[in-house]
Amino acid sequence: MAAEVILEVRDLVKHFPLTTGIVFKKQIGAIKAVDGVSFDLHKGETLGIVGESGCGKSTLAKVLMALERPTSGSVKIKGREIAHARGGELKAMRRNIQMVMQDPYTSLNPRMTVGDIIGEPYDIHTEVAPKGDRRKRVQELLELVGLNPDHINRYPHQFSGGQRQRIGIARGLALQPEIIVCDEPVSALDVSIQAQVINLLEKLQNELGLAYIFIAHDLSVVRHISDRVGVMYLGKMVELGKDVEIYDKPAHPYTQALLSAVPVPDPEGREQRERIILQGDPPSPANPPSGCRFRTRCWKAQEICAEQEPLLQIRPGTAHESACHFAETHDVVHVN
Amino acid sequence: MSSSVASPPQSGGRHQKKQNDKPASLWSDAWYDLRRKPAFVISAILIGVLLLMAIWPTLFSSVDPRACDLSVARQAPSAGHLFGRDNLGCDVYSRTIHAARNSIVIGVLTTVLVAVIGGLLGMVAAFYASMTDTVLSRLTEIFFAIPGILGALLIASTFRDQINSILLVIVSLTVLSWPMTFRIMRAAVITAKNQDFVVAARALGAGPSRLMFRHLLPNALAPVIVVSTINLGVFIAAEAALSFLGVGVQSPDISWGLMISDARDRFLDAPLPLIFPAVFLSITVLAFIMLGDAVRDALDPKLR
Repeated sequence: MAAEVILEVRDLVKHFPLTTGIVFKKQIGAIKAVDGVSFDLHKGETLGIVGESGCGKSTLAKVLMALERPTSGSVKIKGREIAHARGGELKAMRRNIQMVMQDPYTSLNPRMTVGDIIGEPYDIHTEVAPKGDRRKRVQELLELVGLNPDHINRYPHQFSGGQRQRIGIARGLALQPEIIVCDEPVSALDVSIQAQVINLLEKLQNELGLAYIFIAHDLSVVRHISDRVGVMYLGKMVELGKDVEIYDKPAHPYTQALLSAVPVPDPEGREQRERIILQGDPPSPANPPSGCRFRTRCWKAQEICAEQEPLLQIRPGTAHESACHFAETHDVVHVN
Repeated sequence: MSSSVASPPQSGGRHQKKQNDKPASLWSDAWYDLRRKPAFVISAILIGVLLLMAIWPTLFSSVDPRACDLSVARQAPSAGHLFGRDNLGCDVYSRTIHAARNSIVIGVLTTVLVAVIGGLLGMVAAFYASMTDTVLSRLTEIFFAIPGILGALLIASTFRDQINSILLVIVSLTVLSWPMTFRIMRAAVITAKNQDFVVAARALGAGPSRLMFRHLLPNALAPVIVVSTINLGVFIAAEAALSFLGVGVQSPDISWGLMISDARDRFLDAPLPLIFPAVFLSITVLAFIMLGDAVRDALDPKLR
């Protein structure tokens, strides 16, 4: 991977304080939504982030977008810190990182026309496009995402879910960012529309050289689009590697359990595959287990897991990083 | 249930979508609904006539409302003086017509002031949250604790010599009514604030004024408009109450409340000078409240 690193995340922590009292607030604890996440994103690459509900995927996206301030750690875009940037500096940096949101029905202002929605980035960042040029640019964007440029004066409710998601993508592209954070961009769409949107994202990546952070809980979608995949559990990255490594040679027990739950469309061989059924629910992020966070549900757990926190590093017998004291590769999916 | 028996059921949904290809925003939907409601049509016509009365009273009555003649006090209705004459011998019909202006001016201005002050503060409180919200919310609670008409009475009687009586009525009603609008706006903005499109605008780098006026306000305005329409009627009634109690509009200005107050002493001898302004007042208040009700129904998707 020789490409330039454009996003560098180091030891990112986001805790949401739990408070009591109305006027005089007292902190009684914290939800540890993201608790020490590090990774790099290279130019033109797609990094998939998977994990179950509540593992901190969306909080991670919000912190990357500087919509939430991290508790500690750093997020650097092309070597410049965004996590603590303010005012004009932050605004300038936002030109380089944009997002596509999950729900196409709530992510577009119902009182604005498509032209106003996609053109809004130019109203905010007036230096990007001269005023007379904006309408033309919006129409070009509409065409780029596969919508009719003549529909510029329509309102969002006149479009279908898939078309609305295209509008959301066009808005994200308006400032020509190098990084796009996609927070479950297809989970609210029908399967056939999902494919269209995914293909559009891939086409745009090839044409514009975008780098994606692709957050999803659908493992097959992530596998389809990602170059590398990170698996999150309870605010921590438990495994990080190339997509083939993660899917064919998962080393962390949680990844293995997650992969064993992927539905297999082919009835033949479906009976033979392993099903790892985890016991219990994920622990509360306000009070995570000591040591390894997965140990309460792990069949491999031993004393060391409660005492020592396993670091995300390359373990013996594996080629990619995983955070487990007893990491060993194990193919659960058995795809030929 | 389906109206089109001939078309195959599986394509029905798509067909309907094609047919209803009209732009259907909340407002145009509401307008479509409203035009078909008798309550709205009747109240709109009444309000139209009342507004005309407020702007050109001479269109309805050529008699001078201040031309009084004590020698004909409490005269019964006649061809020239349809509603008769009051205790001071003034023409009741002409006075009733001319009073519409003060009542409507007070109602409209108070409504606008309350909507602007309560709405802006509510939006600011909800947008900035934390300390701003705490301070403003506690402030509204203090105002909520003052009983409505009693508080207005207090303000109006304290400052009655300093300011013009009509202005004083507007100010005292506004001071006591903005907390209601504040709360409605605050709740609506808090709901709108967490929607994805606001987050998306923030991610683009939109500043507070753009977020508030372009994204939050248009999506939080509907409930405030509804309450304002209903409030308009309430304020006109409150003006009459204050004038009746002697702290509202002062003579020589004319208002329905003042006319009712003046006529009450001799009500048993001459009921008409009290009844006519009271009927006009009731109709006006009813028209605005009916309008507010119809607008609320049209703007509330849950009642469809």
